[in-house]
Amino acid sequence: MPSKLVENYFRLNKLPHIWCPGCSHGIVMRAIVKAIDNLNIDKDNVCIVSGIGCSSRATGYMDFNTLHTTHGRALSFATGIKMANPKLEVIVITGDGDCAAIGGNHLIHSARRNIGITTIVFNNNIYGMTGGQYSPTTPRGALGTTVPYGNIDSNFDLCQLVKAAGATYVARSTAYHTNMIISQVEEGIKNKGFSFIEVASICPTYFGRKNKMGNAVNMMNYLKENSINIKAAEKMTEEQIKGKFVIGEFHKTSRAEYTEEYQKIIDSFQKER
Amino acid sequence: MDGKRIKLMQGNEACVEGAIAAGMRFFAGYPITPSTEIAEISAEKLPKIGGKFIQMEDEIASMGAVIGASLAGLKSMTATSGPGFSLKQENIGYAAITEIPCVIVNVQRGGPSTGLPTAPAQGDVMQARWGTHGDHPIIAVTPSSVRETFDLTIKAFNFAEKYRTPVILLMDEVIGHLREKIEIPNIENIEIIDRLRPDKSPQEYKPYEVLEGEIVPRMVPYGEGYRFHVTGLIHDETGFPSTKPDVAEKLIKRLVDKIELNKDDISLYEEYMIEDAETFVIAYGSTARSVKYAVKLAREEGIKVGLFRPITIWPFLDKQIYELSKKVKKIIVAEMNLGQYAIEVERVAHKYTEVYRCNKVNGELISPDEILAKIKEVY
Repeated sequence: MPSKLVENYFRLNKLPHIWCPGCSHGIVMRAIVKAIDNLNIDKDNVCIVSGIGCSSRATGYMDFNTLHTTHGRALSFATGIKMANPKLEVIVITGDGDCAAIGGNHLIHSARRNIGITTIVFNNNIYGMTGGQYSPTTPRGALGTTVPYGNIDSNFDLCQLVKAAGATYVARSTAYHTNMIISQVEEGIKNKGFSFIEVASICPTYFGRKNKMGNAVNMMNYLKENSINIKAAEKMTEEQIKGKFVIGEFHKTSRAEYTEEYQKIIDSFQKER
Repeated sequence: MDGKRIKLMQGNEACVEGAIAAGMRFFAGYPITPSTEIAEISAEKLPKIGGKFIQMEDEIASMGAVIGASLAGLKSMTATSGPGFSLKQENIGYAAITEIPCVIVNVQRGGPSTGLPTAPAQGDVMQARWGTHGDHPIIAVTPSSVRETFDLTIKAFNFAEKYRTPVILLMDEVIGHLREKIEIPNIENIEIIDRLRPDKSPQEYKPYEVLEGEIVPRMVPYGEGYRFHVTGLIHDETGFPSTKPDVAEKLIKRLVDKIELNKDDISLYEEYMIEDAETFVIAYGSTARSVKYAVKLAREEGIKVGLFRPITIWPFLDKQIYELSKKVKKIIVAEMNLGQYAIEVERVAHKYTEVYRCNKVNGELISPDEILAKIKEVY
């Protein structure tokens, strides 16, 4: 029997999902829905947009207005939707490759505009759908099918990137910290401007296997044991934080939201008449 | 007052006038010569009528935003030129498979690559047809005057809404920047087509079901209680992905057929002095203007020549050109590329007539003299 939450917010005939056993994307997907439920937002007013990749398949299962777009471009479609109908609560679900590599430009510019979109990145540090290639968030030294001798790229700190680009709510949690995801997504939706929530997710099939991290339980424990709350991290040295997941709210501020600013221009002409 | 307005304007401006008359309320774009005025004028005019304009971070994003806004219920357009047109192609394919109405203006300039940014060309004829991957439907129309740009932009929106497909308005630099006196008709006298909304309840609605006697599925904006799914994957009537061969075949054939089977409605063209013509010139866009003049000059010399001007460039006017090929001895295809349209003409006309080419790719127009010389050479 599905829970009330699943029954109310998922397309039951589309489940089970396609994600591998042990994948934590389902936890993140449920947390998003739980946040929407907690905020008591009408399903008809929520539009969830995704790109391409494992995480982006979530939209097919979620009973809202849903759009599964092209690789990396979810934010540009979402921008058009939000502009056309600012009343819609627009949420983007994306992955590390989708939003930080092919879609990186849209990510920073959406943050710069501070457009009212809540973006949740399911960061599993790998391209899962195509079979385990390294992504812009794959740690230096880690293995992937396209870094068979170890990754020599430096990885992005997405929260710092998006904060610098102008997002007004930036937070990180992990698939282990479910309640934290829920509260961060709630805060992100409540924020009028561009919100960004990075969730460290696990991919036992590719990232875990390639990097000998054990099974899903081992990987979840890894998330738990290597996470440091941002408040504790503030008192630690860079060396102590290295390789850890700093979680919590990174940035929360208030700045003019894009569609509201545009509406002011429209209104100024109405007044003229 | 009958609502008509006389104005001096350039093609790019007439495009925006037409778009607004057709109901455009969203424009997303990115600066690129020689189409930029379309974005500039849209930015100025749209907020005044409650519409929205956004300059996106790149061409790809503007195409995405256009599709998103259309899904949320606004008639949407973008404008670009060669290099930007290439960048938009993936999302144009997305609009084709998801059947999202939208208009893409390409004011053609010299290519390939950065090429000749300020010079006219007609080198994107095949890109307009096959720029995106996979078998897909497309409609492309090409104006040859400022007034026609106004009319065809409206037609482009009407086709997009009626057939739920991306429509390319294939202009060229000359038409984009040419200034002509035009009479803008009373908006109330113009036919405007809007997408059909479902009359079923959200529970019964299938976003990709074509009802009996209709051409395309009915469409409702996001946020009105229907909560459907849209994906660029092969999908069935419910909108959800499927990998079943019969579903894939049925969808792709339906997408292509909705245009192919309605060619009579979509095929626009002009014939000029063709009744007794023994030779005719096929030309479109700004080139057709030179040809028209060359035909007049040739007629003065007693040469029986006519002009056939495709206005709808895709789908290809195979029926009309095939019929014409039976009546004449020779066809000349004049275009500012190396024969992109001529190849298609040869395909359907070769059985009955010889097809000659008159091409130019140096950034200059094909002059009436050059066309006249070609007419005399083959006549």
